[in-house]
Amino acid sequence: MLIALAFYLFSAVLVASGFMVVASRNPVHSVLFLILAFFNAAGLFVLLGAEFLAMILVVVYVGAVAVLFLFVVMMLDIDFAELKKGALQYLPIGLMVGLLLLAELLFAGSAWIFAPAASDALAHAAPAGVTNTAALGHILYTDYVVYFQIAGLILLVAMIGAIVLTLRHRPGVRRQSIARQNARRVDEAMAIVDPRPGEGA
Amino acid sequence: MALISFFEWLGLPYGWSWFLSQAVLILVFQVVILVSIAFILLADRKIWAAVQMRRGPNVVGVFGLLQTFADLFKFLFKEVIIPAGANKVIFMIAPLVTATLAFAGWAVMPVNEGWVVADINVGILYLFAMSSLGVYGVIMAGWASNSKYAFFAALRAAAQMVSYEVSIGFVIITVLLFAGSLNLTAIVHAQAQHGWFVASILFPMFVIFFISTLAETQRPPFDLLEAESELVAGFFVEYSSTPFLLFFLGEYLSIVLLCSLMTVMFLGGWLPPFDIFPLNAIPGLVWFLGKVLFLFFMIAMVKAFVPRYRYDQLMRLGWKVFLPVSLVWVILTAGWVTFIQPGM
Repeated sequence: MLIALAFYLFSAVLVASGFMVVASRNPVHSVLFLILAFFNAAGLFVLLGAEFLAMILVVVYVGAVAVLFLFVVMMLDIDFAELKKGALQYLPIGLMVGLLLLAELLFAGSAWIFAPAASDALAHAAPAGVTNTAALGHILYTDYVVYFQIAGLILLVAMIGAIVLTLRHRPGVRRQSIARQNARRVDEAMAIVDPRPGEGA
Repeated sequence: MALISFFEWLGLPYGWSWFLSQAVLILVFQVVILVSIAFILLADRKIWAAVQMRRGPNVVGVFGLLQTFADLFKFLFKEVIIPAGANKVIFMIAPLVTATLAFAGWAVMPVNEGWVVADINVGILYLFAMSSLGVYGVIMAGWASNSKYAFFAALRAAAQMVSYEVSIGFVIITVLLFAGSLNLTAIVHAQAQHGWFVASILFPMFVIFFISTLAETQRPPFDLLEAESELVAGFFVEYSSTPFLLFFLGEYLSIVLLCSLMTVMFLGGWLPPFDIFPLNAIPGLVWFLGKVLFLFFMIAMVKAFVPRYRYDQLMRLGWKVFLPVSLVWVILTAGWVTFIQPGM
């Protein structure tokens, strides 16, 4: 009873906020609704017994990725009239993509029922007796450690690529060097002079 | 629990009895926390005053003990002012988000053996999630206020809190490696077996976590969001009355929450320093409160005598000092747990 209530609450808010991401006119509102959607998806994960995934969803997507979204969107100079004009023009394309995704999701979802081999592969939140944090850790870092390392390397290459593309070396920029500042001593930075009157230092 | 059986005795099914008893528990916990926060806030002001050789609040009640309650009613009875250019809905949601998230984190905090509202498997991740969401209150307030100062503060907040979360995350990973669990109660139990984590190779992580806490909760010397010499009052410059009170409350709630997290992760939670007679006769709650108050005292002292950082210094400290050090320490700790003390 309580679980059903929680499920319908989370899914209703999830679907509604997902719709509002697309429908709301102000991009900042869209991002805020997206955050609400992530949050409710995390709630659904908790109901499934996948508490680790739920927390990671909140930490990574809500706590980091969506902050950056919001950061960028907040700084946009929004012209509401302009935005409204374009929306109807792209509506058919958007609807088509949405319908295509929906149909594919329906096929994938119903495959669990009509495909004979699929029922063996049904996912369980966690094997019995192990928390799903431990189960995930075991799969990622023990069973498939090589693939995990390869994924990490690909991300590293992507990161280095992004840095190389955006790095600029400008000559003649004076940069602060904390190490050099800390290494300065009194006797090399300061000279005590005793000038005579009328002569100067 | 006794409460559940009371509701079942009234004739309710188990699910609803559990729900109601949990609700009562949460309500009691919240009221206790709110009253404690009132006195902790006063302590903050008194410590600050004592360092500057002032008396601090001393008019309302004996030694000014009731000052916070006077302030509370002052805020409650003031008029709520919403700027004409503000985005009204988000403007009002922002303080609610801050206060709610700061409260929500307390759900998994064990204050004594078994004294916890929700003893979940991933307690520490939940706390980390709640404290990293705290940035939304600030960003939403800054954007919705439609004011330059508030907006600058929101931009600073986003950058600052995301930067320091990285090192906080790595510190948490080292503690997890040592304790072998994400459950806060289990982390304290691990310390009962192996000694407090602050007295192990995790000591540098304790220092990093303490400083990152200051940055994460926007306490001085990292309070660049409300740097009054640059941004008037930062992200809450347009707020008044109860919404302002909620920001204020949320700030102190999250400071004390992170102090409690430090207590659980490094200072052994409710455990006495040595398991010998006069010390282990003192109830665990007293030890827990004592440690939390000690950490809060340190944070209050930092506020009193450290000048504010420049923004680039803040970023340098986060990305160029704490991130590499904590990353190296994660590897060191993993090596230690694997090769030197495999039993941990």
